[in-house]
Amino acid sequence: MNVDLRNIHKHFGKTYANKGINLSIQSGTIQGILGENGAGKSTLMKVLSGFIQADPGGEIILDGKSVVINSPADAIHVGVGMLHQDPLDFPPMRVLDNFMLGRSGGLFPNRTTVRQDFLKLAEQFDFSLDPDNYVDALTVGERQQLEIIRLLWMGARVLILDEPTTGISASQKNKLFATLKTLAGQGMTIIFVSHKLEDVEFLCNQVVVLRAGELVGEMHPPFDAVKLVEMMFGKVVTLGERQPIQTGDTVLELKGVSLEDVRLKIKNISLNLRAGEVIGLAGLEGSGQDLFIRACAGLVRPVGGRVILKGKDLTGKSYHAFKHEGVNFLPAARLEEGLVPGLSLTDHFVLAEEPKGVFIDKAYGQKLAEERIKSFNIRGNPTSTVESLSGGNQQRAELALLQSPLSLILLEHPTRGLDIESVIYIWSKLKDRCKQDGAAIIFISSDLDEVLQYSDRLMVFFSGDVSEPIDATTTSIEQLGQLIGGKGWPQKGEPHA
Amino acid sequence: MLKSRLGGFVFQLIAFLLALGFVSLILLAVGASPFDAYKNMITGSVGSGRKFAEVLVSFVPLLLVTAGLLVTFSAGLWNIGVEGQIVLGAIGTTWVLRQFVESSVSPWLVISLAILGGMIVGAIWASFAGMLKTFGGVNEIFGGLGLNFVATALTLYLIFGPWKRDGVASMSGTEPFPEAFALPQLEGFRISPWALVIALVAVMIVYFILNGTYFGLKIIAVGKNIRAAYLLGIPTWQYSLYSFLICGALAGVAGALQVTAVYYRLIPAISSGYGYLGLMVAMLINYQAIWAVPVALFFAALNIGSIQLPIVMKLDSSLSGVLQGILVLFVLLTEGVRQKIVKKG
Repeated sequence: MNVDLRNIHKHFGKTYANKGINLSIQSGTIQGILGENGAGKSTLMKVLSGFIQADPGGEIILDGKSVVINSPADAIHVGVGMLHQDPLDFPPMRVLDNFMLGRSGGLFPNRTTVRQDFLKLAEQFDFSLDPDNYVDALTVGERQQLEIIRLLWMGARVLILDEPTTGISASQKNKLFATLKTLAGQGMTIIFVSHKLEDVEFLCNQVVVLRAGELVGEMHPPFDAVKLVEMMFGKVVTLGERQPIQTGDTVLELKGVSLEDVRLKIKNISLNLRAGEVIGLAGLEGSGQDLFIRACAGLVRPVGGRVILKGKDLTGKSYHAFKHEGVNFLPAARLEEGLVPGLSLTDHFVLAEEPKGVFIDKAYGQKLAEERIKSFNIRGNPTSTVESLSGGNQQRAELALLQSPLSLILLEHPTRGLDIESVIYIWSKLKDRCKQDGAAIIFISSDLDEVLQYSDRLMVFFSGDVSEPIDATTTSIEQLGQLIGGKGWPQKGEPHA
Repeated sequence: MLKSRLGGFVFQLIAFLLALGFVSLILLAVGASPFDAYKNMITGSVGSGRKFAEVLVSFVPLLLVTAGLLVTFSAGLWNIGVEGQIVLGAIGTTWVLRQFVESSVSPWLVISLAILGGMIVGAIWASFAGMLKTFGGVNEIFGGLGLNFVATALTLYLIFGPWKRDGVASMSGTEPFPEAFALPQLEGFRISPWALVIALVAVMIVYFILNGTYFGLKIIAVGKNIRAAYLLGIPTWQYSLYSFLICGALAGVAGALQVTAVYYRLIPAISSGYGYLGLMVAMLINYQAIWAVPVALFFAALNIGSIQLPIVMKLDSSLSGVLQGILVLFVLLTEGVRQKIVKKG
């Protein structure tokens, strides 16, 4: 099926997730869509698959016919099916029941014929799925296979895959790619959304790159990885003056730490972090850096190794034990995790002070809030609730909540969504605290400039692999971009399952 | 205007009128005059001093329960188990009183100990729901509901088993306690001023805890965003548990007063549904302690006023429950509508 997207706009509040996107894909093509996090890839795909509606003015044309897609049901009706990053299935149900879901027609489905269809499709692609097994017993890769044949059975002729190679094994990946090539050969249109350069290079017939909501370029094979990286992350920018660092005693020591969650396994990280040092964690979202930073905060328990803070072994202790030793964690989701919506700035400062006594000293709270608001340049007043502040001011408020004395500051995306003025201000404050308290910083950022600019060393995460700490001064933005896309890593035996 | 306090008040007034209108339609449908019904309810509740005293009898447990629920709601918890906590408070009080029936200890001391006993047992019962939540991952709504059934069964077991009346066990409850074990009443009225004072003091304490103490601020922070509260250094599960203990203690006092100031014995329906009614009051006042007194008083008046209905108009007295429930629904509904309008505007 030929897919034509014309002039697709989508805005959320003041920010444009998609800005006038035109894209046409011929039947039988495997179209790659590249872009960093927040570039607008997922939004575009959700528009096409009916999960969200584009702003008026755009048009979706399938095989020359303009269509209106208002829901995922509409989408599958016109032949568009989307495979999400996290498979949208019902784990407590059986494979066959999941397979039948979403199909309209009949109160009492004919299980025998459905079962035959299922087995035939599974056999065609060499998927070994037991229709009577429960979905929660399947691996991510198998759930993907189930979802693919379900969408095909429902009549999909355009198949969208959002980051499908995250969390599946190498053999499952090979099988997936083989399946996609077969389907394309049969005239299906495949849209493959990814940030992994090598997957895109291997699989796709053509690639477009999105950046900040706009389509910034396209490429046909042979692909030029350097150029793709440049398109993904924008132009090379000059770095400002760096300050030579003066490092002090060891603050944090990791000895062979291993971490695990449902998707990722990270093995054997060792690190020695000294006072005054800043380490940036780069990598596309969900590559393991969030797990790592939370382990440094005591919010995630390592499955192996030791976490030593200022000579104290804190392995397996809670965040409050870490906090007691001067570790502060500022999460990316400010209103979800960092601040308490509904409470005022004063309330926050009072709570963070770990007050003694029973009754709230209102005058003291007021004075404290006024002081902090002034010294952190927050636009708001003591009684402002945190949700009424702008993002930049919320971030300043979080910084104003940092305790004293500090030994380690952990930050997730400290400047995401902030204007340049706020970014510079926040980093100057952070560096001040580092100097004052002899603290170290570990931060996650998807902004490569920020990582290179502010860190002394950096670690790159890719699907659970972690690079050795690299000297930031001798790394270029291209090198970093390639590492993030999975290129230039030392060869390993078996990729992560 | 919609965002302002006045706007909120206008919407609540609209909700009240809508609820009244809706109940009137129900009355018309069963062939009764709404006007007569409301008139009977008003005269039945505030028509005489004696009747108003009855309202206050109903007001005391309702206010205590509401005060306790304000604490758990502030902590973001739905303490449905409050009903059982009232029951266990009553059981605890009955147990203490039974120990002293034959003794010559000063009745004042006995009553004080009995109320304290009810408070402690209520808090312990609430801590079960709290521990199920914090350590067992059982949602407090399910845990509380389950414990409510256990509490009812326990009351029946005691009334028909170990604490049964001499000779015959009956639904009318345990053997009434001697008069000395009753909280003194106002001359000629059924209301005990002591009970009233305890309830009013309780709601004031809750108001000050929530609005003036670090403890209360931490409870509110936990209720509004448990993850952020944890990162701010608040020991979150402990504070959830504290809020259960406070609510359970106040519900326990409500149960204790049902025994020492109203029934003078343990009866099967000792909680009289005040727990659920308290949940409605707390929701209606949007968890603001300052409104607890007037709204609880209004609900108590509806309860007592509707007692007239079967006698005078051959209507069922559950009409008050209908009105209360519909009122809460309409207030929540108009609040939802208001929020939608505010968001769009």
